[in-house]
Amino acid sequence: MYNKNNTLFVYCVFYFAFLYIPVLLLPIFSFNDSFHMVFPLKGFTFDWYIQMWNKSRLHQALFNSIKVGIIASVVSTFIALFAAKAFTRYKVKFHGLSYGAILLPFIIPEIIIAVALIVIWTSMGLKLGLIPVTISHILFCTPFCMLILISRMEGFDKSLEEASMDLGENSFWTFWRVTFPLLLPGIIASLLLAFVISFDEFILAFFLSSSDQTLPIYMWSQLRFPKKFPHILALGAIIIIVTSLIVMTAYWLRNLGQGKKKDFSIGI
Amino acid sequence: MSSTIQNIYFRSDQAKAYTLLSPALILVILAMAAPMIVMIFTSFNTQISMIEIDRTFTTGRYEDFFSKPIFSMLLFRSVKISFFVTLLTLLTTYPLAYYIAFYVKKNKMLWIVLMTLPFWTSYLLRVFSWRVILGNKGVINSALMGTGMIDEPLGFLLYNQAAVIITLSHAWAAFAILPLYVSLDKIDKSLLEASYDLGNTKFETFWRVTFPLSLPGVIGAILIIFIPTVGDYVTPQLVGGTDGRMLSNMIQSLFGRANNFPLGAASAVLMLTTVCLIAALVTYITKKVSMRMS
Repeated sequence: MYNKNNTLFVYCVFYFAFLYIPVLLLPIFSFNDSFHMVFPLKGFTFDWYIQMWNKSRLHQALFNSIKVGIIASVVSTFIALFAAKAFTRYKVKFHGLSYGAILLPFIIPEIIIAVALIVIWTSMGLKLGLIPVTISHILFCTPFCMLILISRMEGFDKSLEEASMDLGENSFWTFWRVTFPLLLPGIIASLLLAFVISFDEFILAFFLSSSDQTLPIYMWSQLRFPKKFPHILALGAIIIIVTSLIVMTAYWLRNLGQGKKKDFSIGI
Repeated sequence: MSSTIQNIYFRSDQAKAYTLLSPALILVILAMAAPMIVMIFTSFNTQISMIEIDRTFTTGRYEDFFSKPIFSMLLFRSVKISFFVTLLTLLTTYPLAYYIAFYVKKNKMLWIVLMTLPFWTSYLLRVFSWRVILGNKGVINSALMGTGMIDEPLGFLLYNQAAVIITLSHAWAAFAILPLYVSLDKIDKSLLEASYDLGNTKFETFWRVTFPLSLPGVIGAILIIFIPTVGDYVTPQLVGGTDGRMLSNMIQSLFGRANNFPLGAASAVLMLTTVCLIAALVTYITKKVSMRMS
């Protein structure tokens, strides 16, 4: 009954092209020997990659982004780990309310969170910079990490924990020797994906970073100048390749040891 | 007696659960709820100089918002653009999710990964790429001129609302594909067989069985695309031009060059209110429809 459908297949191929052409265009032009992104391509060059290497502001922005990304992903994964445990192991009173509240930062328009944070931060007389950016990224990543970890916790057999308790381990050792190793792939996936989200995040950093640029803000500041953006294309090509590898690793980890029960629900 | 013991036990379980939840809840309260309350308060204030804000209560900023037609127009346009983005994304990704759920037999995971991977690569660059595709010296125009099909570049491709809608629909595709796929894949195939056995055609089966059963995914996709895109800033800024400007661009300038924090806060409050009302409406309609169907 559902063996073949050529029309749909052709449509999928076209959609696939629509999805990937804009992404692949940038790496192609990053080797093009011209300031203008116009076909036909002029000639092959590594110049933009070399130019990128010599930009000290880019290095500073990259360093800032990595710093914020690491702190945000570690903290939000920690917070999410506790929350996910509460939701999967206990019948929480006001379940819907607390669950919704924690997910909210992921759904409401980011610009509203950005406005709220810039207003409270400046009215307290504090200086904008990487600290409010990091806080906002923790807020934004936590719901996401929680969804990944909940699906991981639901995926494994509760009786393994019960067996450990029956064999005389207390709850700390049960967590450390049974639960944690089983959760580890999910935890690493959560760390990786939260890092990618923070690394790529623009609007919160745009409002809150002031002069401490993160990488997306640096890229934004260069986009306006045609003479400057070829090296952004080179940077973009590298970002695309590295994030793709990280995300594929995370996808693979998330389903590791899950047996046949593959989980797609929490890809985003 | 036993009920009190049970009660204490239950309470302690709740205590454990809420201890575990407390870091997440404290985060939401301190980093989101409290700032939003301050934002609401600020929206009733007045900016008097570059750095000074007069804290006396006034509804002046809301009067400003509604007396200058540009604000309501931008809010309305933001909602309109998001509506079309949601519609276009659903229409274009549904067949895809349908194909993966019903026709792909092997490597479903690979299909899903490939379809959602672009979502993870730099948002900024993906949007920028559309400017390169649609621009006057862009890919489409230079290809058309290179083949001699046109002499002048087509100017209507970029810097309008259609460009914003296409770009956003591309950027948010993954948010539709996943919920749609999950709800379609859950459908019990024997229900479809039953429908065929009862003499329904393929189209009738889709319309009466498959589509209604996929509604949770459709609603999920609507909410998760519509709500955030109302506040998008990057896409209208890069590909929208004057015609495609949205409320977020105005809000950003109020916190930047125009330096009017209270008016910016009031605009954000009104955007949030609008989004909440629409989300509530969608949820309400869904409940009504699903009640009628069952």
